[in-house]
Amino acid sequence: MFKHLAKASALALAALTIAPNSPVLAQGAKPLAIPVIYLHQEQPAPPVLSNLDPIPADRGMAGAQLGLADNLTTGSFMGHAYSLEVITVPEGGDFLASAKSALSQSALVIADAPASALLALADLPEAQEALIFNTSAPDGALRGADCRANLLHTLPSHAMRADALMQFMQKKRWDDLVMVAGTRQGDQAFASALEGSAAKFGLKVRARKDWAFDADMRRNAGQELPLFTQELGRYDVLLVADEADDFARYIAFNTWKARPVAGSDGLVPATWAPVVEQWGAAQLQSRFHDQAERSMNSRDYAAWAAMRAIGEAVTRTGSNEAATLRDFLLSDQFQLAGFKGRPLSFRDWNGQMRQPIPLVTPRALVAQAPLEGFLHPVSELDTLGADRPETTCTAFAQ
Amino acid sequence: MKSTLAALLLSCAALPALAAGEIWISNEKDDTLSVIDIDTLEVIRTIETGERPRGITFSKDYSRLYICASDSDTVQVMDPETGEILHDLPSGEDPEQFVLHPNDRHLYIANEDDAVTTVVDTQTRQVLAQINVGIEPEGMAVNEAGTIAVTTSETTNMAHWIDTDSRTLFANTLVDSRPRHAEFTKEDSELWVSSEIGGTITVFDTSDQSEKAKISFAIDGVHPDRVQPVGFEFTEDGKTVFVALGPANHIAAVNAETYEVEDYILVGRRVWHMAFSPDGTLLFTTNGVSGDVTVIDVAKREALKSIKVGRFPWGAAMRPSSSGG
Repeated sequence: MFKHLAKASALALAALTIAPNSPVLAQGAKPLAIPVIYLHQEQPAPPVLSNLDPIPADRGMAGAQLGLADNLTTGSFMGHAYSLEVITVPEGGDFLASAKSALSQSALVIADAPASALLALADLPEAQEALIFNTSAPDGALRGADCRANLLHTLPSHAMRADALMQFMQKKRWDDLVMVAGTRQGDQAFASALEGSAAKFGLKVRARKDWAFDADMRRNAGQELPLFTQELGRYDVLLVADEADDFARYIAFNTWKARPVAGSDGLVPATWAPVVEQWGAAQLQSRFHDQAERSMNSRDYAAWAAMRAIGEAVTRTGSNEAATLRDFLLSDQFQLAGFKGRPLSFRDWNGQMRQPIPLVTPRALVAQAPLEGFLHPVSELDTLGADRPETTCTAFAQ
Repeated sequence: MKSTLAALLLSCAALPALAAGEIWISNEKDDTLSVIDIDTLEVIRTIETGERPRGITFSKDYSRLYICASDSDTVQVMDPETGEILHDLPSGEDPEQFVLHPNDRHLYIANEDDAVTTVVDTQTRQVLAQINVGIEPEGMAVNEAGTIAVTTSETTNMAHWIDTDSRTLFANTLVDSRPRHAEFTKEDSELWVSSEIGGTITVFDTSDQSEKAKISFAIDGVHPDRVQPVGFEFTEDGKTVFVALGPANHIAAVNAETYEVEDYILVGRRVWHMAFSPDGTLLFTTNGVSGDVTVIDVAKREALKSIKVGRFPWGAAMRPSSSGG
């Protein structure tokens, strides 16, 4: 009986049934090669008040490597050979030269670079047939007016994370908000997203102060904060926008009023966090930990998701052509199991990956947006971030 | 509701002895088993296990209970009479689900963290083979003939077909995202595989591993993203399949011949797995998030009662009373 079955399976190859060591693969049929480039522009880490949580040197990259391992296992059954080459551009190095060299090797690029570099990369003539994944830049403009048809985003935008938090505030009816924002560009962008999102969900950021303490600060942050927050008056929740993780950690319990903190500290809307354990996430966390010897962060997750999206598209289409993969990724056929409880997919109007946003404290998952009750005619995940009717992106219009 | 319940209790009392027995439930986050008496629909025993018990299954004569104690990295063997752990079996890392071969001797175990399927001889307590499969193996099935075992891998999205003689893979078939559970139909003609994130069940023709049908689910008022098929079981006559739909909090009743979904039954939150009473009239589902078990009248396709068990109930297995319980 068995011999018969084995033969039948080899014949059924076309029906996506792959028999290991089957005649088809054994007769020197070359496996399909899927080379992927991880293009990393090194950026100076801004000085921060605490050195408790240094940025891991392999942030992002380690996620892509885990995604590669996941893809390789599937590929071993499918006859697909994935590879990942890391190209690192040092601070002040020639990013575009490296980008051109990367594109000469593969049309599939996972990029870890600031928004300006991503745009320059996507606009290269060599990149027009490429498929680039943004795993590092949360800027709204990249998903809006500055969007590019060859640039997909696995990292959520500022707006998606802000909407996740504001859904929670709305559900709690904590509608009287104040904010402390850092002065760096990323802080200000996240602060603006929080304000925009508050307005979207009918909440109000009543007061906003910039944390601009530099040379003038004579005491530590903890001692400055009671006075600094005193004039914010009464409020339900203090929002903090500190994307560089500079001062936010010193706010909780040092405020004038006894109120919770949310945003960059306290209750944090995160792409990924070590406390995410439901939906099989514990397995992803432990696989990552075994490989990288540290816990998985948001940038790791975005790079992992990019690599897995490539793998899923190759598995389902049997192709390694960037154009074919892009079409599949943007179609409603694509769904990625991303350990967040719902299938992940890409918005076909701006290339952003739809995904739930966990709301976390350092010790627990508090909730996961979209929260129950925030409805949408197409996908509840589209209650997070810019939706189709409001997008300013035109590059994806066919 | 009260009158339904009273009626049910009365009818239960009048049922022949065949209906009696127990449903054993593993409580993933309590490290315990809850034993439900089918006559009274009450928890009559709570038994401690190793860490994070998930898959549970009885030996053919019900004299042994095998327990996947996932976080203890072992399969425990329990005497169900005494609740005593007799010994552990070498299981490989993080055993999640397993299936007992019809020979009543070989356990096929999915090692979730290790991307392998481990075959263990329950008599000699030796590992017979470890077979490399896809990432996060979970669903396990063996056909009645005992010739084919199947492992499904959650991240690789495949059903891996294992020749039980040579203990090697002879086919790998793609399914939709995150396959969770696999079962052969009566007489082995079909293999069914549920895909949690894909939201489907794929039916394969066993003879050539070709895809025969794909079943989708739709529940009014529940977003499709949340309809996530996981565990499922065939009725004794093989005509109906009951499918747990995870966070959709429903069980679907599927016609196994036409592949049509006939009914949806509301149960507790994040429903995982299930077991039938010995006479097949009642179905018990484990509801992970709500920490209870829903009892379903199989003929009427109605929920009768929910029974509080431990935290995060996951696996379910039936033990008839004739076995001494």
